[in-house]
Amino acid sequence: MTDIDPVEIKRIRWRSRRGLLELDIVLERFLANGFDQLTTAELAAYRKCLELGDNDFLDYVNGKAEVDDPELAHIIGILRAV
Amino acid sequence: MTVPVRRFDAVIVGGGGAGMRAALQLSESGLKTAVLSKVFPTRSHTVAAQGGISASLGNVQEDRWEWHMYDTVKGSDWLGDQDAIEFMCRKAPEAVIELEHFGMPFDRLENGKIYQRPFGGHTQNNGETPVQRACAAADRTGHAMLHTLYQRNVRANTQFFVEWMALDLIRDEAGDVVGVTALEMETGEVYIFHAKAVLFATGGAGRIYAASTNAFINTGDGLGMCVRAGIPLEDMEFWQFHPTGVAGAGVLITEGVRGEGGILLNANGERFMERYAPNLKDLAPRDFVARSMEQEVLEGRGCGPNKDYVLLKLDHLGPDIIKQRLPGIREIAIKFAGVDPIKEPIPVIPTCHYMMGGIPTNYRGEVVIPQGDNPEARVNGFYAAGECACASVHGANRLGTNSLLDLVVFGKSAGDSMVEFIRNEMPTWKPLPANAAERSLARISRLDNQTNGEDVTEVRTAMQRTVQARAAVFRNSENLALGVKEIQEVAERVKRIQIKDKSKVFNTARVEALELENLIEVAVATLISADARKESRGAHAHADFQQRDDEVWMKHTLYYGDDRRLTYKPVHTKPLSVDYIPPKERTF
Repeated sequence: MTDIDPVEIKRIRWRSRRGLLELDIVLERFLANGFDQLTTAELAAYRKCLELGDNDFLDYVNGKAEVDDPELAHIIGILRAV
Repeated sequence: MTVPVRRFDAVIVGGGGAGMRAALQLSESGLKTAVLSKVFPTRSHTVAAQGGISASLGNVQEDRWEWHMYDTVKGSDWLGDQDAIEFMCRKAPEAVIELEHFGMPFDRLENGKIYQRPFGGHTQNNGETPVQRACAAADRTGHAMLHTLYQRNVRANTQFFVEWMALDLIRDEAGDVVGVTALEMETGEVYIFHAKAVLFATGGAGRIYAASTNAFINTGDGLGMCVRAGIPLEDMEFWQFHPTGVAGAGVLITEGVRGEGGILLNANGERFMERYAPNLKDLAPRDFVARSMEQEVLEGRGCGPNKDYVLLKLDHLGPDIIKQRLPGIREIAIKFAGVDPIKEPIPVIPTCHYMMGGIPTNYRGEVVIPQGDNPEARVNGFYAAGECACASVHGANRLGTNSLLDLVVFGKSAGDSMVEFIRNEMPTWKPLPANAAERSLARISRLDNQTNGEDVTEVRTAMQRTVQARAAVFRNSENLALGVKEIQEVAERVKRIQIKDKSKVFNTARVEALELENLIEVAVATLISADARKESRGAHAHADFQQRDDEVWMKHTLYYGDDRRLTYKPVHTKPLSVDYIPPKERTF
């Protein structure tokens, strides 16, 4: 992840603050453990997840909804395991 | 140091349901309106509201706003202001239909009308039978409301400042509000927002508790800003709780688990509810179970390394029942408690959900404070709506589905009042005081220069543990007095919090430190207000004063942060058009 603008990393960290507590908890754990090891492609996918509405995002993370976007499936898998 | 100034007719702090409803009213009136929000507006905590929005539409069963008003007054345990409650319940049908016209996708009946579902506390004919009054968009009502209001605001040219954190209220010599200071997270720069009128819609502050269902953003920023600017906070002793949230996480475990046979155990493995409620045991009423759980913890029979939770045991039900009847609960327990309830009990604790108190307002959304003989003098140019405001419609206890209603009714009402004020009384901007940004700059500079200070996370945890232990659901004189002492000690530590990262751009550590400065004001207000109220009313259940005492205590608390003193003001007993609903014992 060394080639990513450090400001962008900080921005992504802030955007991991959500409107739903459940997501806050999962993403906080992920930021502390796993986030720093993301590849550039995984980071791009994570950034895309952050654009999701909170309910959809949580349904993916909880496994309540299937991820139909192949770009997101891998990173959601990582988040499900957090 | 020169601070850049941006000028708007109206500035709204907070981009949730209340803030966006108010903004819409202002923008559609042609006024230049800014909304400041820490996060993207559709990711405000309003998104967590699932249950619905109440209105006496009578689409499923006969209903009247007067019945809704009665339920709300009773729910408030007679601490709600009856003029504000009448206003809200009368306006509810119009507010919901307006949202429908804005395009909000409500669930519908076959005849095309909005479907309404039942919800606790809502009745026909003043408590006779339950009524279906809650309008919902599946289980995503808050989400649908946010999206609807956001789209309308974009169309109306509301200017959004996303990832901006308001820092302090700017009042001039006369005490009038003329703007706010705010931090642009992207640059770390402080700006002045100069306004003819300011509205706070900053939401709740449930993060003062160790156990809270509130998202991390709910840090009571508006309340902290008020306290620092000499505006009192109203009824801060009243917080709504759920009995069983996952300890250390806050995610709720539905009461249905105990209905299916789940039991609560203390550190000795004792089924303690048998002692408190020999007949109903674990199925005693929600508030009773919650208080018993906390009493176990306070008496040293809590579980875990800090002895601060009890256990909810399900494994005796067997894997089949757990998998069939409680699948969602198993997932929550595994994900948020790290235990599989088929094998192990779930750590649980009463969990804070909603703040009934807040910034004192009237039903017009105007912030009102005591001045001379007038207990409710308007603060010129200052408005508040939503969970951060105390109108007061929820009084000592909020009814489910009345919170979304509160957002839209009082958001709109405050917006209308602001339009009127700007048009009739404030044709141009009042001058900014010379030192407008001084307080905010001093706060930031202290954080940047503090050495040998305290760690933000450690102090925040100390605050949350204190508030949880002393001012959650189990309250008595001794415990509250201890809490007042302890929380003031924590407040001293907050003055010395330090951050390691001194960078400017998207400095989350700085934001969290500034948020803690807001949270602690709310925490101190809560303890001091709760310690003083020697009765039990609604969510404030006092073991040493178990009765409601209308003679002495049917009054609103006002807490002033500068000298941490309390005053009181009367409850409004005169509705706008109907007869007063006199107090009765609250039985169900």
